[in-house]
Amino acid sequence: MSTTFMDPTSELSPETREPLKRPSSLEGLTVGLLDISKARGDVFIDRIEDLLGQRGIKTRRYKKPTFTRIAPVELKQQIATECDVVVESLAD
Amino acid sequence: MLKYKLVVKEDCATCQLAIPVFRQLSLECKLDIYSQDNPEFPPELDVIDDLALEKSWALNIETVPTIIKYDDGQEIGRAYGWDRTEWEDLTGCSFPAELPDFRPGCGSKTMDPGMPEKLAVKFDLGNLRARQVQVADEEDDIEACFDRGWSDGLPVVPPTGIRVVRMLTGTHRDPQEVVGDVPPDYAECTIEKIAINAVLAGCKPEYLPVVITAVEAALQDEFCMHGLLATTYFSGPMVLVNGPISRAIGMNSKGNALGQGNRANATIGRALQLVIRNVGGGRPGGVDRAVFGNPGKYTYCFAEDEMNSCWDSLAVEKGFSAQQSTVTLFAADGMQGIVDQKSREPESLARTFAAGLRVVSHPKMVMAADAFLVVSPEHERVFRQANWSKQQLKDRLNELLLIPGEELVVGAGGIAEGVPQKLKDMPLPKFRDGGLNIVRAGGSAGLFSAIIGGWGATGKMGSIPVTREIVV
Repeated sequence: MSTTFMDPTSELSPETREPLKRPSSLEGLTVGLLDISKARGDVFIDRIEDLLGQRGIKTRRYKKPTFTRIAPVELKQQIATECDVVVESLAD
Repeated sequence: MLKYKLVVKEDCATCQLAIPVFRQLSLECKLDIYSQDNPEFPPELDVIDDLALEKSWALNIETVPTIIKYDDGQEIGRAYGWDRTEWEDLTGCSFPAELPDFRPGCGSKTMDPGMPEKLAVKFDLGNLRARQVQVADEEDDIEACFDRGWSDGLPVVPPTGIRVVRMLTGTHRDPQEVVGDVPPDYAECTIEKIAINAVLAGCKPEYLPVVITAVEAALQDEFCMHGLLATTYFSGPMVLVNGPISRAIGMNSKGNALGQGNRANATIGRALQLVIRNVGGGRPGGVDRAVFGNPGKYTYCFAEDEMNSCWDSLAVEKGFSAQQSTVTLFAADGMQGIVDQKSREPESLARTFAAGLRVVSHPKMVMAADAFLVVSPEHERVFRQANWSKQQLKDRLNELLLIPGEELVVGAGGIAEGVPQKLKDMPLPKFRDGGLNIVRAGGSAGLFSAIIGGWGATGKMGSIPVTREIVV
């Protein structure tokens, strides 16, 4: 069961919230590469870093201390201030 | 075709007394009888069960018995309690002579303590027209409002249907009445939409008429809300309330009147800003291009301290009576403090005020921004003791603020800002005609006053203050 709120807006936008639009190109952007510490996630991220580097795209590497907890606030804030988009290595 | 509806309850001595009347009516007229507490009452008659009070609510029954007369489906009259003359006039019947001529009715069950609100929630929710936004169980209600962009940066009250229905009890106006189109999107704004944003702001229902009037005033063309929102300047709408409603709803006109702590002051101003944001689509980073803005853009609302003042209130100056309640909207900056703890003569204090008013926007800018001078009670006392009316003070300030052009021109004082050289030989008034307003407000201990400067664009080129009567 969910709660219902009465919409306070002009209703000119759709009710469903859209995710942020992806940029049409990575040219000039800083791409964050986040390893969540799952097995061989670093191998995947190494490869992505290499491929983006070949295309002249600037990257920065990050690592979560453990995959068993959500990213620490400081790490999230650091990524948000230093990068424009993020690629994350999620699963095994 | 004539028809009648009768609403009764068994637990009412007058309804018991009038049973012979009900019997006679059921024989002589087309009559529907609704009982609020026992479908067997009145006895031996066809009675419709209204224990749920749905019909009583829809018919706006406040007293039982009530009889309503219809002609071709339209209500053309009603009587309540027992009054022989009224009931005979309404129905054309002659009722038994042994009945007393008059007995007062009893309260309808729809009026029992707490019932009006419960019934409004039960039966009126379906009358709301706003889109319903589903929020998942896993979402925190407050975060859900932030996530959807409805907040001004502070938490808002989640706008459930029940809260909106409660809010709408604060006005007699139809929730679907369109108040106007809100810039910058020029989206249609109904009373219901204002009520939803009043819920977000944290208003009580009794504040709603003030909020509605503030929105109406803001949408007047001469207030120039679109330009005020879009400006790079500091200003936002300030709401000043005059008249009995300001006291009835507990607004603050005294200590810390321009600050925090009073729910009516805080939420009424906030509700107007939320309407601009949510209905109009006007937001910082979007159409709102203010370089700084000012803290008043969260909320800027207070009441004038009119009681026991020798000065006319702002509303009276604008032509309203002291018994009328009004909202005045002004395109306001933050606030400039004026200290004068030594002046005891009106001329000296007026000169202090003039010195402060001179620097509104820039000491060399004239005929641009308007201003509100908010005079504290201790400062007003100086003028009262000298028998200076508000108009006398205004006139003297306007004289003191007639500034030689040579002080104002580009380059004067080594400052590039200023008026064109061609004006150097004429005295120029700081404010346009009518641009300076004076009100009394503030705490009773403190020889301070405040200047609230306005937007640099005034008159036909920008915004002028708008005063509008509040209708409940």
